[in-house]
Amino acid sequence: MKLGAVGGDWLDERVGGGGLVKFFARKIFPDHWSFMFGEVALYSFVILLISGTFLTMFFDPSMTEVEYDGPYEALQGMHMSRAYESTLYISFEVKGGLLFRQMHHWAALVFMVAIFVHMFRVFFTGAFRKPRELNWLVGFSLMVLGMVAGFTGYSLPDDVLSGNGLRVVDGLMKAIPIVGTYISMLLFGGEFPGTHIIPRFFTMHILLVPAMILGLIAIHLVMLVAHKHAHYPGPGRTDRNVVGFPLFPVYTAKAGGFFFLVFGIITLVSATTAINAIWVYGPYDPSPVSAGSQPDWYMLWTDGGLRLIPGWEFTIFGYTVSLNILLPMVVYGGLLAFLALYPFIEAWVTGDDREHHVLDLPYNTPVRTGLGVAWISVYLILAMAATNDLIALKMHLSINDLTWLFRISIFVAPVLLFWITKRLCLSIQRQKRNLVLHGEETSRVVRTKTGDMLEIHEPLDEFERWVLVQHDDFRPLKAGNGVSALRAKATSFFFKDRIAPVSPAELREAMEHAHHEKHVIDEVTDGDYRIPAEKAMH
Amino acid sequence: MNDNLDGSSPARGVSAIAPKEGGGFPNPGLAPHVHRQADSDKRAERRAERVVAGLFLLSVLGTAVFIAAYFLVTPTGTNIFAEEGSTRAVWWSNLITGLGLAIAVFFIGAAAVHWAKTLMPDEEMVEERHALRGTDETRQAAAAIITEGLQESGIGRRPLIVTTMVAALAALPIAVLAPLSTLGPLPGNKLHHTFWKAGMRLARDHDGTPIRAADVAMNSIFHVMPEDLTEETEHFLEERAKAAAVIVRIDPALGKNEESLANGHEGILVFSKICTHVGCPVALYEQQTHHMLCPCHQSTFDVTDGAKVIFGPAHRPLPQLPIEVDAEGYLVATGDFPEPIGPSFWDIHKDK
Repeated sequence: MKLGAVGGDWLDERVGGGGLVKFFARKIFPDHWSFMFGEVALYSFVILLISGTFLTMFFDPSMTEVEYDGPYEALQGMHMSRAYESTLYISFEVKGGLLFRQMHHWAALVFMVAIFVHMFRVFFTGAFRKPRELNWLVGFSLMVLGMVAGFTGYSLPDDVLSGNGLRVVDGLMKAIPIVGTYISMLLFGGEFPGTHIIPRFFTMHILLVPAMILGLIAIHLVMLVAHKHAHYPGPGRTDRNVVGFPLFPVYTAKAGGFFFLVFGIITLVSATTAINAIWVYGPYDPSPVSAGSQPDWYMLWTDGGLRLIPGWEFTIFGYTVSLNILLPMVVYGGLLAFLALYPFIEAWVTGDDREHHVLDLPYNTPVRTGLGVAWISVYLILAMAATNDLIALKMHLSINDLTWLFRISIFVAPVLLFWITKRLCLSIQRQKRNLVLHGEETSRVVRTKTGDMLEIHEPLDEFERWVLVQHDDFRPLKAGNGVSALRAKATSFFFKDRIAPVSPAELREAMEHAHHEKHVIDEVTDGDYRIPAEKAMH
Repeated sequence: MNDNLDGSSPARGVSAIAPKEGGGFPNPGLAPHVHRQADSDKRAERRAERVVAGLFLLSVLGTAVFIAAYFLVTPTGTNIFAEEGSTRAVWWSNLITGLGLAIAVFFIGAAAVHWAKTLMPDEEMVEERHALRGTDETRQAAAAIITEGLQESGIGRRPLIVTTMVAALAALPIAVLAPLSTLGPLPGNKLHHTFWKAGMRLARDHDGTPIRAADVAMNSIFHVMPEDLTEETEHFLEERAKAAAVIVRIDPALGKNEESLANGHEGILVFSKICTHVGCPVALYEQQTHHMLCPCHQSTFDVTDGAKVIFGPAHRPLPQLPIEVDAEGYLVATGDFPEPIGPSFWDIHKDK
């Protein structure tokens, strides 16, 4: 086929389309289900842009007060902002409006879930190692921006629930020493709630934040192409190649198709499941609040710490420092900083400056996996603490006891779960080691003439074995000789408990032993490994 | 696998990588490929082709449903499933439009993925990676360009320009503060005062009617606002956000705080409704225990003890509005809250 035959001549002579096709079309991407989370995030963002554009056609980000005279009877005659009224208009009067509103909100929830799961896929498989540290930071920024986009978005309808969310944010800002009240006044354009916050959030939500997200996504993907996708260990896969399927046609169909699948599922959920029914909450008024006030799930963790912290506040030289707000903020900052900096911390510990394109299996890095699980446990406890009133209600528990339980477990759980995870990883390593050396157990036992019992083992073939023996191994370093005492301690923390991978010599020895055993077994069974019942069948 | 792509070892410091005993295992290379049914069986191939086509047709059907729903199942107009303009009509419109769109997009995806999985080649391909690091020549050339460029700019020889440039770039960000300052007024003493003044009647929040002391039964709770605060008031919502208060009535014998009781009237006490933690309305009152609970973060205040915090993240008690009863028997404030209401801030304890 000639380029001209598909209209390519024209494009090639103007934008060098031929070169682009040559460069991109046969790019190889590896296949694995865990690589799809990032795709889900990307596609739900596209759905957010599409549904969001639809919503801007009808939404009026204004805090001008109006009296409702629309079709929803329960609110007729009530005073509300234009923002709230136009959200009701979208929900009850615009054709397809409710659908697009619900798709927008559901897609936002899916976007954040996908980002988190993708982030932890990357974390647990060590995909953040050189050369992908910068892309990790870009991804991290996307996660933070996703939260900002979500918060500024669900605040826009100006309902009671989101209004109280804003009020909490106002309270948080006021707690910042010295400049807190100034920041609050500037953001709200005066005292809370004022008449500026919705239009200001609107600009952030539909322009500033999505533009930043879009820009960072572009960088994320350009780096993905430059690095080429990492792949899981397997026969034929190395740090110097990438094994998989070409962008055209296989991934065009698979990934392109996957976009439509994600789109379809989000639409199905939005068609059948109500979300953020703002007409139930009512328009924002500073006086009411209902029990069971929770933010969207991805903001839960930021509320949890505020519920767990005791009422600590002190006054120094007549000035007030609200630890009951600042301390949780410091914890949140610490949690985020840990994530952002982890690739650099680990690289410092290992001193490993090689390029890595073959992913780690999580059980081969017990301490990293343990740290990840510990981080997630803190995150989840904070998120659960933010729903403590709902848990208490559903499970008939005292909310005070529950709060105390979370207060204690936020210290205990991460340590415990780190330890359990680490031990589990080491156990799996031991099991895999046995598998390599002795092969698969067949549950068929032979008794020799001397009365010894021998189990028949099925050895692994070299392709299966490769996955279990290819991984890198690290050992603790001694201080001195260019290794600081701190780093020696760190390497000890990371690599002190270590299961050495099988060496070729060990495997040879094990095979010799197995060969000898097989000889004995064959003598007894004449090489027929069927059990008596199976023999009788034939 | 122990080396960089170019076979080097760590450039700086000491690596904790353990050497591979015996040099490790050799990579066996790609495993032999197993073919799919559709690769060898013509009938399986045709079946797969028909399935893909069928899925694409389903999508067309979905598109038709979606478009039809825009005319036949609308929220306010024609609706073949529910009464026009009813809430059910909205529900049906959402459901049918949504199902149509879901089918329209989902089955395009299903068809494409099935096509790729059954009919496109599934033999893995290998692409070589190249080190991201430039070659030594490239790096040298890059370094030379930068050195040369810096020399051409004369940045090393012209300290005057450099100093002034740094000064200009450092000064510019300060310019951002000017437009920033126009975003809102300065706090001044706004956070220290509310709408309440001496002699102002306490009115029910929902209908604005004033409350007589006699109306307040034992263990009851009223959500109140200043009677003079109406929708015509300037900064209506802002004032409401600060003035919101609750009336509770306790048996004075239960009172543990003399000063608090003295600011009330026969056990009728009025507290700010705005939580001193981050400012949620403290809306839940437990009549049995005389505790007020904030539904946001569960700060719990004991109204028998001057709304002291007994659980949760708040630190300061809810400020109490001093009241008395006027000549007609209505509850009136004798002044503003004695201290700022709501969340703490840096200079909350400074008089303003």
